[in-house]
Amino acid sequence: MTDTTITPKRTGRIAGIPFLGEAILIALVLAAYFLFPYNLAFLTRILIMVLLVLSLDLVLGFAGIATLGQAAMYGTGAYAAGLFAVHVTGAPLPGLVVGALAGAVLAFISGLVLMRARGLTLIMLTIAVASICHEIANKARDVTGGADGLRGIRMEPVLGLFEFDFIGKTAYWYVFVVVFVVFLLLKRLANAPLGLSLKGLHESPERMAAIGAPVYRRLVLAYTLGGGIAGVAGALAAQVTQLVSLEVYSFNLSAEALIMLILGGTGRLYGAIIGTVIFMTVHHVAAAADPFNWLFLIGLMVLGVVFFLPKGLAHLPTALTRLVRGRT
Amino acid sequence: MSGLKVRGLEKSFGGLTVAQDIHLDLPPGSRTALIGPNGAGKTTFSNLITGILTPGAGEITLDGQDLRALNESQRVKAGVAKTFQITTLFRDLTVRQNLRLAQQERDGRGRAWFRRADSWAEAEDEIDAQLAAFRLKDMSDKRVDDLAYGQQRLVEMAMTLMLKPRVLILDEPAAGVPSSDSHLITDAIEALPEDLAVLIIEHDMKLVFRVARSIIVLVNGAILTQGTPDDIAANQQVRDLYLGGRHHG
Ligand SMILES: Nc1ncnc2c1ncn2[C@@H]1O[C@H](COP(=O)(O)OP(=O)(O)OP(=O)(O)O)[C@@H](O)[C@H]1O
Ligand SMILES: [Mg+2]
Repeated sequence: MTDTTITPKRTGRIAGIPFLGEAILIALVLAAYFLFPYNLAFLTRILIMVLLVLSLDLVLGFAGIATLGQAAMYGTGAYAAGLFAVHVTGAPLPGLVVGALAGAVLAFISGLVLMRARGLTLIMLTIAVASICHEIANKARDVTGGADGLRGIRMEPVLGLFEFDFIGKTAYWYVFVVVFVVFLLLKRLANAPLGLSLKGLHESPERMAAIGAPVYRRLVLAYTLGGGIAGVAGALAAQVTQLVSLEVYSFNLSAEALIMLILGGTGRLYGAIIGTVIFMTVHHVAAAADPFNWLFLIGLMVLGVVFFLPKGLAHLPTALTRLVRGRT
Repeated sequence: MSGLKVRGLEKSFGGLTVAQDIHLDLPPGSRTALIGPNGAGKTTFSNLITGILTPGAGEITLDGQDLRALNESQRVKAGVAKTFQITTLFRDLTVRQNLRLAQQERDGRGRAWFRRADSWAEAEDEIDAQLAAFRLKDMSDKRVDDLAYGQQRLVEMAMTLMLKPRVLILDEPAAGVPSSDSHLITDAIEALPEDLAVLIIEHDMKLVFRVARSIIVLVNGAILTQGTPDDIAANQQVRDLYLGGRHHG
């Protein structure tokens, strides 16, 4: 036992094989593209949601920052990218940068206050920030279009080459590439010193302070990064739907993102993906079959996961192997 | 003016005075024990030094540098480190990751995000050496939560020493450790770097008399007496008040 070299676990690596996870992801995205050619808009929504849930995973799953207000940064990214497209240029990539900056700046400024709080107080404050944003967007009709939503977004071709088509092929691939790149960067981060220190903050802020880490500043950094990623997700949504409504700030969005993350498993990047895909697919299918009771099914799923797989669905393979091997 | 110097330290919680005009010198190489009954204010004293609590009055300097203006993590950078009375570790991380976290903060790369955390070869060698020194090699890839309590205490000490402190405060390092394992703690304390200034808060008198070269007795937040272990062992006041010698009357 002591002589066997134990290869250190790499966050986001499946069965220890390099790039297996990425290969599976690309294969699934390709398969979905050919299997459901008429549902590309829905598939694109899933991909955008994956990005939002990934941002939540960084903030909550890794750094342990309890939040129910990730929609604040998502919405701000959406409005910023939307307004940028309307008033400056319809080029998609600069719009993404603007969305990322808007989300990060909001997260940084609100984070300066929020990261002083803990637990329930923190959760309430994150909700408050999102409601304030909602109210501001509602009141600033002249700029945001208020309850009618921000209209008039016209997107130029991606990189000047790929025109957005009405079936949504370009949108699908554009969103996938962006989400995939952010995912790869997050994977790097998860295995790097910063990823480890975020887990440390989650496990024990007292110990982090006792080893000389600037806890508060590190929390603000994590929140800001998460805000930037949520901002990109919002920007993508604004660009591909060419509309931004007040819904982007809704409490429901933050709450659903949290449920998806818990379903898939916090603190593991694949958990965010699995949880989102399952939640949104079940929602899509069940809501079509029974528009009134689909939430019941989601509730059952969450209960099942919480009781039987407290680490989330991403943990299912490990849990099964353990069961088969006789709980060693 | 080297080492830790405390002058006239005061602290009270509401009406309860827990530190009262405390003076203390901890030059490099010292092995000082801080003893006293439950609630005497020993942990509070440690918290005042490390910056977890703010004193009501008094001075704290390290090599002449005023520590009062520094917050907890800045004091760690200045060279003051402590272990907690109740083991405080990253329980869901492995032993190695615990040490690595301390090391990467010490080396100022806690925010590096593009390179793998285990890709600094020299740093990993240093962790290996530290694990070996604390006889934790076999469990380096186990989660801390899966270790026996005595081993967790060792992990906490190994991790704290990764910070290369100049002043080390150990708050009851042997508390909760089964007697079969307590020699591990004593050995580890005896193997600490010679020039490190060590303050040991402890109830276990066997351990205190084995490792301490001077002893301070704290009662109700004030220093009752201090001296060499022999002085303290012979002190009737200490026997009466603390060592359970009350019935000698
Ligand atoms: N944050 C606090 N607020 C109010 N009172 C406190 C606080 N922390 C400690 N005390 C009180 O201060 C006194 C000293 O506590 P402290 O923990 O320093 O004692 P100690 O000498 O470490 O005791 P022990 O040997 O039991 O660890 C106790 O009466 C305790 O109840
Ligand atoms: Mg104590």
